[in-house]
Amino acid sequence: MAPLALPPTMSPNAMNPLPDGLIVVVKRDCPTCALVEPLLLELAMGRLPLTVYVQDEARYAASLPGGVFDDTLERSYRLGIEFVPTLIRVADGREVARTHGWHRGDWREISGRQDLGADLPELRPGCGSKTLDPGIAEDLLLRFGDSGLQSREVVVGDAEDDIEACYDRGWSDGLPVVPPTPARVLRMLAGTTRKPDEILGMVPPDLVPCTVEKVAVNAVMAGCKPEYLPLVLAAVEAALIDEFGMHGVLCTTMFAGPVVIVNGPMARSVGLNSGVNALGQGHRANATIGRALQLVIRNVGGGRPGELDRSTLGTPGKYSFCFAEAEDPAWDSLSVERGFSPEASTVTLFAGEGVQGVVDQKSRTPESLARSFALCLRVVDHPKLAMAGDALLVVSPEHSRVFIEAGWSKARLREELARLLLLPGDEMVVGAGGITEGLPPAVAGTQVPKFRPGGLIIVRAGGGAGLFSAIIAGWAASGPVGSTPVSKEITA
Amino acid sequence: MSASQILLDPTSERAPVARSLTARPAGLEGLTVGVLDISKSRGNVFLDRLAEQLGSRGVRVKRYRKPTFTRPAPTALRQQIAAECQLVIEGLAD
Repeated sequence: MAPLALPPTMSPNAMNPLPDGLIVVVKRDCPTCALVEPLLLELAMGRLPLTVYVQDEARYAASLPGGVFDDTLERSYRLGIEFVPTLIRVADGREVARTHGWHRGDWREISGRQDLGADLPELRPGCGSKTLDPGIAEDLLLRFGDSGLQSREVVVGDAEDDIEACYDRGWSDGLPVVPPTPARVLRMLAGTTRKPDEILGMVPPDLVPCTVEKVAVNAVMAGCKPEYLPLVLAAVEAALIDEFGMHGVLCTTMFAGPVVIVNGPMARSVGLNSGVNALGQGHRANATIGRALQLVIRNVGGGRPGELDRSTLGTPGKYSFCFAEAEDPAWDSLSVERGFSPEASTVTLFAGEGVQGVVDQKSRTPESLARSFALCLRVVDHPKLAMAGDALLVVSPEHSRVFIEAGWSKARLREELARLLLLPGDEMVVGAGGITEGLPPAVAGTQVPKFRPGGLIIVRAGGGAGLFSAIIAGWAASGPVGSTPVSKEITA
Repeated sequence: MSASQILLDPTSERAPVARSLTARPAGLEGLTVGVLDISKSRGNVFLDRLAEQLGSRGVRVKRYRKPTFTRPAPTALRQQIAAECQLVIEGLAD
């Protein structure tokens, strides 16, 4: 994570003028500042003029003529103070020397008083400057610095509730959003080293350029922590890859929305859930990273239900659908299968519908369990349709154990499923089984693969107890005609 | 909240900050006009005449009345009006 940009050390005209002589910045709350307090009287009587800026209360060195209560912290901010005490020497309006904490040699050299602090220990480290306290740094940057934020400011009226104001302006997906104040957006941007004005791409459906800053604003609203921002940025970038077809995923009358699957160490470091209730509620990272992506599509792209989002029924996953794979050394992770190194952190986007449970509590052989999976996977879209929607098969730990203990890799399972899902065309054609829906008559007498090549994705996730897996059907326009799953490495 | 605050616009900023009024219909044909009497003294005299005029032009009119002008309309009344009408005329003063 990048620290907030500190202001440049004060130039002569930034605080007009920089007082010549010595400047000491202190906090009464700091023991080292208390230690040096008696010395300030000595310095005040010396040859160089002395200015003391006190960050927390006016009582410190109250008898000194050069004492200034820096209650707004503007002086400390403009001086770029990181520690207290800090001793600065200024000559001709320019800083010429600086030290922090108590270091007898430095203080003597900078002050020019060779007898200073003879009774004190040689060295005592200082404390953190109040300017860097949590929540304060962003406010100071906004008040006294140049935040660099470009987004239009929207003033909320005195009588308006800020959360209701976000609803009124159409920024919400239906759930309350965190009001995107400039301070919150600055804190969010500290989660990435990328520049706020960097453009990630054009967001559909309006094809509007989307900056890192706009993603940060929406990530704030979604409830993300700053440490999630790199994942959100990668998810947005993935959604903008042409093959994913985000425009169609949004506009379709069908159910799909972007399902975000995260692999690699960053999934664990931000606390993404891959275990109990992995596809459900209750984890901030899961709930907010997927939501942030959807809010970007809504707010930046203009993709709102009833307007260009024409989904007949939609799916609850369109609020947020994000989880991590429960990686197991015995099975290649989705990320590795898609060509990334095991150390890489990635997001993979899949245009998915809802969750269909696969209940098989009796199979103890991979052959039997694979047949169960295949039978359930036939239902994707419709049992009489094929080569339409992809599918994401989420295999639980107890089910995956059946395969792993029998020596079946993920790739082996996929191969077996492809074989088992070569379906008899006679059962699939229009009219078969008394059902008009179905494939063209030409497939009669042939075998039809249920999924297009590469159209079945397998990941491992879920709690340790339960012989259940899940199928997440893909958009019926999967593949080059509509949406192909895409991956993006999470960088910064 | 007690003081005004600033939020950063999460959108593409294609629409103005000031929210626009709902688009006005080109005519009243086929629409239902709600006439809401807020119980302000003699407001009914004006509203009765308006309803009469609208009715004489073939416009479907529905009448509603707030219990008191001193408080916002009860939720049930607001929901009823929203469900039954496309337009509302409300008298706000004497």
